[in-house]
Formats: sequence, structure tokens, C-alpha cells
Amino acid sequence: MKTRFINPVLNKEIKLRFRSFKGFLGVFFYLFALGLIAIGFIVVNTIFSSSAIFSPEQSRAMFMVLSFVQMALILFMTPGLTSGVISGERERQTLNILLTTPQSSTSIIFSKLISSISYLLLMMVSSMPLYSIVFLFGGVSPSLIVSTFSLYFVTMITIGSLGVLFSTLIRKTIVSSIVTYGITLFLTAGTAFLTIMIGEMFFYQNTQTVFPYLTAMVNPFIILLSTFEPYMTDEIQRQTGIDFSLVTSFIITYVVITILSLWVSILKLRPKMKAKKGTINSE
Amino acid sequence: MIETINLTKKYGSFTALDSLNLKIKKGTVFGFVGHNGAGKSTTFSILATLLSPTSGTAFINGFDVTKDPKQVRKHIGYMPDFFGVYDQFKTVEYLDFYGASYGIPKPEREILIPQLLELVNLSNKKDAYVDVLSRGMKQRLCLARSLIHDPEVLILDEPASGLDPRARIEMREILKELKNMGKTIIISSHILPELAEMCDEIGVITNGKLVASGSVASIQKQLQANKVIHVRVTSDIELAMLFFEDEPKISGLSKHERHDQTLLFSYTGSDDEQVELLKKAILAGLQITSFNEEETDLEDVFLEITKGVDFS
Repeated sequence: MKTRFINPVLNKEIKLRFRSFKGFLGVFFYLFALGLIAIGFIVVNTIFSSSAIFSPEQSRAMFMVLSFVQMALILFMTPGLTSGVISGERERQTLNILLTTPQSSTSIIFSKLISSISYLLLMMVSSMPLYSIVFLFGGVSPSLIVSTFSLYFVTMITIGSLGVLFSTLIRKTIVSSIVTYGITLFLTAGTAFLTIMIGEMFFYQNTQTVFPYLTAMVNPFIILLSTFEPYMTDEIQRQTGIDFSLVTSFIITYVVITILSLWVSILKLRPKMKAKKGTINSE
Repeated sequence: MIETINLTKKYGSFTALDSLNLKIKKGTVFGFVGHNGAGKSTTFSILATLLSPTSGTAFINGFDVTKDPKQVRKHIGYMPDFFGVYDQFKTVEYLDFYGASYGIPKPEREILIPQLLELVNLSNKKDAYVDVLSRGMKQRLCLARSLIHDPEVLILDEPASGLDPRARIEMREILKELKNMGKTIIISSHILPELAEMCDEIGVITNGKLVASGSVASIQKQLQANKVIHVRVTSDIELAMLFFEDEPKISGLSKHERHDQTLLFSYTGSDDEQVELLKKAILAGLQITSFNEEETDLEDVFLEITKGVDFS
């Protein structure tokens, strides 16, 4: 029973990740960046403002800033951590050997994804003490924190799966990274730009279109914002005439992307062997 | 047992492997020889379930590599020609990882791994990190890795490439030991003599085609129908030239370029005829100090077999 959970590849990945100094360095810089922003925020709002107190409203604003920065860091790190998981093994010439072991493609792909995600989760958990500053000053409900972290989780799994997909399909890590970062950039900056642009365009023409809804529902930042300021999404829903919850659409879309990415990765990891004998002589 | 039936692999219009038919019996060590790019690694990749053939099929212990790759993987130990290692692993951990990948329980792995390290002479390196090992040691470690699940069939792609002479000898000794253990081994090399002494059979492949196969001796014999004979005389060499010129079954008579008083010719006669020829030459008054066949080593055999093949 134990071996079912402690998969060899997963075990190996985690062992190797934390054996290298890079693993610790990653966590350090992650916390350093977040900590700097949290402290900077407090400093700016107390020392350089007329009031010397840090109010719950400001604490809430700080939570938002931290959450956005954390989301940005996740979006920045996930492609880097996952876009080389398969192609990296291929480049180091260890993939062939791994593929001749009887481990299923499914278990290899999942182990690779889970090990990358668990590293990100470690960073997220280790950033929680920073959030205690927010709790100290109040202004944020625990349910908001839960929904924010759930959003991170969904986002990192989906972007991670895309990284694994491109790492499987593309031979070179560098190319796979560029593609994964490109798609991540499109899902964030690209869709935000389109949402605003098209929203404005149709706003002046006073016609309804579903387009801003479609671009907004895949953008993690818009979704994150909507959990803080629900009127944002109400505006998009009003404009597009779609009554369906934007957050639900986001989760459904991302889960579908995840499933598809992992499915294709599993299929493509090993060469497709012919199942029928009839095809042999057709060449 | 390994069997391939009309195994073909094409990359676009390029045929890497052309209707390869092999049959390797259990316990045989089969040497696969050919120049770089002849199709050896392609064959091995297909046998190791890493590549799907364009047509034809291959069987390992009766399992079809295209239909039953999972079963095939359990029966083979594969060592690729180029491979990497996880640098941050220790030797023992490296083997432990693969042992776990083959589903060997932890207590068994703990007994097995020291034995394997012993077999490949790496016991003293068990706690060393893999990246500090020399190339020869890495090759041996990779070999130990391919043995971890006790496979009956070993597919070794150039296991001795890039090794210094000492490391080669060590590798060869280990392979001999594996042969004695009764493993079926298919091993490739672009250097024939390296393989000759440990192989039961060899197959020569050029441009994706198997051009010769059989026991080392039979392949050598096949090519020695046309032997080259060197004759050294103390008497007048011109006279000797005149004598051999008139004899049948002799062609290409010439003086040796480097050795004085020596001539050489190609001879197609049988061993008995050769005896008669020597007698006749002595009776004719030629003072012969040596009369010997040129040693054709496997290198020459290989060159002979692959002669006229466009390598480009």
C-alpha cells in the first residue's frame, strides 16, 4: 500500500530537488520578494503617510497586493519548474532509461507534475507567516484567504500541466519554456488586454458580446480581483449578458485544460505502438 | 530469445533499417557490428520499446515489442549508447531508484544492490556521488542498473565505447561473467575485434541491411576462400616469380613492397593443393624460408564485407 503513494519517480524528484542548493535558494528568494513587498507596503503606509496607524482597510489592501504578487510569482515560477521535466530528462539522456522501466506513462507524468507542484506548495505554505501580518491588523475574512489559496492551487496545476505537456511534446527545454511562458503571458496580460479593449469597444457601440466574458474567464488575475471586488465580475456579466458565475467558468476551463494536457502528455510520452497487424504491410 | 521479422524503420524517405531478420537463441551472445549509422541503435531502440518500427515486428521471449511493450520491458535490460545519470544521486541511491521503478521491494533491493555493485566492481564507490565517477565506472554502473530486475535478455548498445583499454578489459570481463550466467545478450560495436572473442555469433549490418551473420569462425571462413600467401626466398626472387606465374589458381602475383625477397599472391586452391604447390616449388629448386597465409583478422573481414558499400 505504501508503495502506491511513494512512487519512485516522485520520490526521486523530491529528493533531488531538495538535495541541490537551488531548491533552498528558490524558497529564500520567493520569501524575500514577498517579505520585501509586505514590509515595503507597511513602511509606505505608515512612515510616508499623514496617519501613523495601519488600519484594517490598509491591511486589506496589503492582502490584495500580496495576493497579486503571489499570483504573479506563481505564474512566473510554474512554467520554469514544469517546462523542463520531460525534455530535461531527454536532454540529460536519462529519459530513455526511465522509459524502459515498467513504470506507466501515467505515473511518470503525474509524479513529475506533483513534484513540481509540491515545491510550489512548499513556497506557498512558507509564505503563510507573512499573511499573519494581515491577520494582526484585520480586514480580511478567513474564507477570502481560503478562496485565494484555492485559486493559486488551480492555477499552478493548470499552468504546470501545460508546462509538462510542452515539455513532453517539444524536444528542447528552452523552446518548451518559451512556449509555456508565452501561453502564460497570453492567459494573463493578453486576455486582460483583450477584455479591456473589446469591452470598451462594445461599450461605446452599446451592443452585447460574449467575448469579454471568454477572455476574462481564463485570466487568473481577473478572477482573483473578482474574489476581492465582486462588482468587477458583475460588470462583465452585465455587459456580456451571461449570468453564469465567472469563477465557476474559470475553474471548469482550467480543469478541462489540465485534463487535456495531462492526457496528451501521457499518450505522447512513449512512441505509439501499432495495435493492429493489418497496417504492417500497407507501407 | 530475440527474434525480428522483416523489421523496418523509415524516417521519411530514409530507410534506417531494411527488413532485418534475426533469430537469437536463449543464452547466445550476439555481436552486432556495423559502422556508425548502420542501424544498430535503431534496432536496439525498437527492441527496447523506445521506437516503433515502420513495419515488421520483433519478439523478446515471445512478447511482441509493438503489442506487449510492458511485458517486454520486464524481460530486458537495456543500456543505450549514450546515457546520462542523475548527478546528485549516490551510486546506491541511483540503483535503488531503478530497483524501485521495477517494483522490487525495499528489503530485496538492500540485498541486491551490494551484489550488483560487487559484480561490476564498484563496491568501493557505493557512497560516491554519481557525477564524480569516471566514464568507465558510469558505464559499469549503467550495466548494473540494467541488471537490477534480473532480465533474461540484455540489450547493450556500445557498452565499451569511449573507454580506455583497461576499462574495456574490465567491461569485457563483466560481460563474460554475464554470459556464464546464461543471459541472452545482444551487444553492438563498430569495432569488430572487440566483440569477436566473447560472441557466439555475429551479424554485420550496413545501411540498415544485415549483410552477414553466423558464428565468428564461419564468417571468417566465408571470406577466406580467397587467401593471400606470402613467400620468402633466399634464392633469386625473379626465378621464383617466373615459377609461380605459371601455376594455376594464382592471381595478383607481385613483390612485397616493404620486405625484400618476398612475393605475394592470391590463391584460390584448397589446402591440399596448397601443400602440393609448396612441394613443387621446393622441388623446382626454390629456396623457401617462409610460405604463409596472411592473417586475416576480423577488421579485414569487416572491411571486406562492407566493401563497395557507400557509407556517405
